[in-house]
Amino acid sequence: MARVLMKGNEAIAEAAIRAGCDAYFGYPITPQTELLEYMSKRMPELGRVFLQGESEVACINMVLGAAAAGRRVMTSSSSPGVSLKQEGISYLAGTELPAVIVNIMRGGPGLGNVQPSQSDYFQATKGGGHGDYFPIVLAPSTVQEAIDFTILAFELADKYRNPTMILGDGSIGQIMEPVELPEVEPKPPPKPWALTGCQGREKNIVRSMYLLAGPLEARNIILQKKYREIEANEQRHTEYMLEGAGVVIVAYGTAGRVAQTGIKKARDEGILAGLFRPISLYPYPKDALSSLTDQAKVFLVLEMSAGQMLEDVELVVKGRVPVDFQGWLGGRVPSPTEVLEKIREMADKYTS
Amino acid sequence: MPEGKIVFKQPEALEDVPTHYCPGCTHGIIHRLIAEVIDELDLREKTIGIAPVGCSVLAYHYFNFDMAEAAHGRAPAVATGIKRVRPENVVFAYQGDGDLAAIGTAEIIHAANRAENITVVFVNNAVFGMTGGQMAPTTLPGQVTTSTPTGRDVKLAGYPMKVAELIAQTTGAAYVVRRTVTRPKYIRSCRKAIKTAFETQLAGLGFSIVEVLSTCPTNWGMSPLEALKWLEDNMIPYYPLGDYKVIDEVEALA
Ligand SMILES: Cc1ncc(C[n+]2csc(CCOP(=O)(O)OP(=O)(O)O)c2C)c(N)n1
Ligand code: SF4
Ligand SMILES: [Mg+2]
Repeated sequence: MARVLMKGNEAIAEAAIRAGCDAYFGYPITPQTELLEYMSKRMPELGRVFLQGESEVACINMVLGAAAAGRRVMTSSSSPGVSLKQEGISYLAGTELPAVIVNIMRGGPGLGNVQPSQSDYFQATKGGGHGDYFPIVLAPSTVQEAIDFTILAFELADKYRNPTMILGDGSIGQIMEPVELPEVEPKPPPKPWALTGCQGREKNIVRSMYLLAGPLEARNIILQKKYREIEANEQRHTEYMLEGAGVVIVAYGTAGRVAQTGIKKARDEGILAGLFRPISLYPYPKDALSSLTDQAKVFLVLEMSAGQMLEDVELVVKGRVPVDFQGWLGGRVPSPTEVLEKIREMADKYTS
Repeated sequence: MPEGKIVFKQPEALEDVPTHYCPGCTHGIIHRLIAEVIDELDLREKTIGIAPVGCSVLAYHYFNFDMAEAAHGRAPAVATGIKRVRPENVVFAYQGDGDLAAIGTAEIIHAANRAENITVVFVNNAVFGMTGGQMAPTTLPGQVTTSTPTGRDVKLAGYPMKVAELIAQTTGAAYVVRRTVTRPKYIRSCRKAIKTAFETQLAGLGFSIVEVLSTCPTNWGMSPLEALKWLEDNMIPYYPLGDYKVIDEVEALA
């Protein structure tokens, strides 16, 4: 496979196309706009659907329509736009429709700024909208991962009939890196529930409303069973230099990537530090993280937020090992030196 | 036995089940007209309908073809998503006046202006029926509702929204009319309009909408007959029946 230089946003768009995305609905917002622009050019060339909707609210509901009609469909946005999509994502979850949503996060709250941030972790992984539900959430830390996870997102969305999110920060969207674009043979599963016109079969209904408590409870129990299945089967993470590491850094996306460089420098100084990098943020890779409590002297959580994933790490570690934290706010990306300094501090405090 | 001719039967596009609509509510008549037209045009097996959030939220139990639910106000966006990926299907949204003219104003205007090749049946009953009769954008000046207890004061609450007139201003709309169902001649005319709206879509001519003035006896606090009379005496003068935009290509269909 030839390597090409691609920007994260465009790479996600191209990966979606290769994964068999039939329709894209979006609304411009920095720092994800190149994704929409790429789709506006390529989708019509391929005879597929591109539509710039009048708002993120409209776009997510167009996504719901196209998904209900049985097609592979995607939308992308950045933090404020993804906030607007939350009602629609809740409906996607309630109606069990597969769809891929990309959030290239920027600094918040409010209009914030267009710098890279990880402060939408709670919104993405804890449901975001109303009701008891979880979207599947995948967090790339390189452009190559953005490609691979986008393809995976379409597969998982169809497999579990569940909205699936790519959660990247602004730097993943904007950075240019050499990548390999895989050839994909999209194989969406049969969708007998889809709205296609009822020729030769009973009518299909796509709905989330069940007026009485009993039936809605029964629906929720089915959904919860599905989430437990996802939690059992789809936990993903990678590790870097964990051999013998007493200082275990937990970081995802760009923070994970910067941590890697910091860890390398620490190892050069003889400090035993390593990285646990979650890839699936929902389901959180609890099992693998939990098994590290035997070796870790401290878990150091690094995030470009005030400490959101931190809560998941604390839930997994359950006080067995100290959990420390450093965050960067307002769209600031940590430097490897800052990470190194924090690792040194951790090593002094917990491993000497 | 002499040959009999069936002059009245249950439309195939309508399920043979009781609805939850209140006695005298004209939502039911409008459902029936849609079903009759779908049968007449032989569209049942290719139709995909969208139920709104409002009293007609359960419409998917009453219509006998594929249907989706939409979030409050978003039916035109859901219809757009379906139609764009399945242009061979016939796609229509059923919406109330809270759904379409309050929370969903952006979606309806843009669907119309994009000349989205879908059909909308818009049920204007001058209140939020489902939530207990609060003011809708369409509530008349002075009309008492559960959120305008002393009558709608236009100085505070603004003016009733004239949806057909508004949509007719969009370049993309092909067929925009207002009808009602208070008496047989109006019902016949409404049925004809719904048929033309679907034919507009079948011919690929763009956005079509039929606004239907409808009763809500329960929330208006009237008997079914009083409600029909109140509609004719009060709503029709403010919301005149008629054709607001019929492009030449639609005219030529007749
Ligand atoms: C986002 C959201 N806001 C509010 C509601 C509550 N709600 C349900 S139906 C409705 C009004 C429906 O009125 P209309 O569209 O006129 O339909 P009708 O019941 O009169 O036929 C409202 C406000 C909701 N379901 N979702
Ligand atoms: S509340 Fe009004 S609109 Fe709703 S079913 Fe009853 S009469 Fe019809
Ligand atoms: Mg109403």
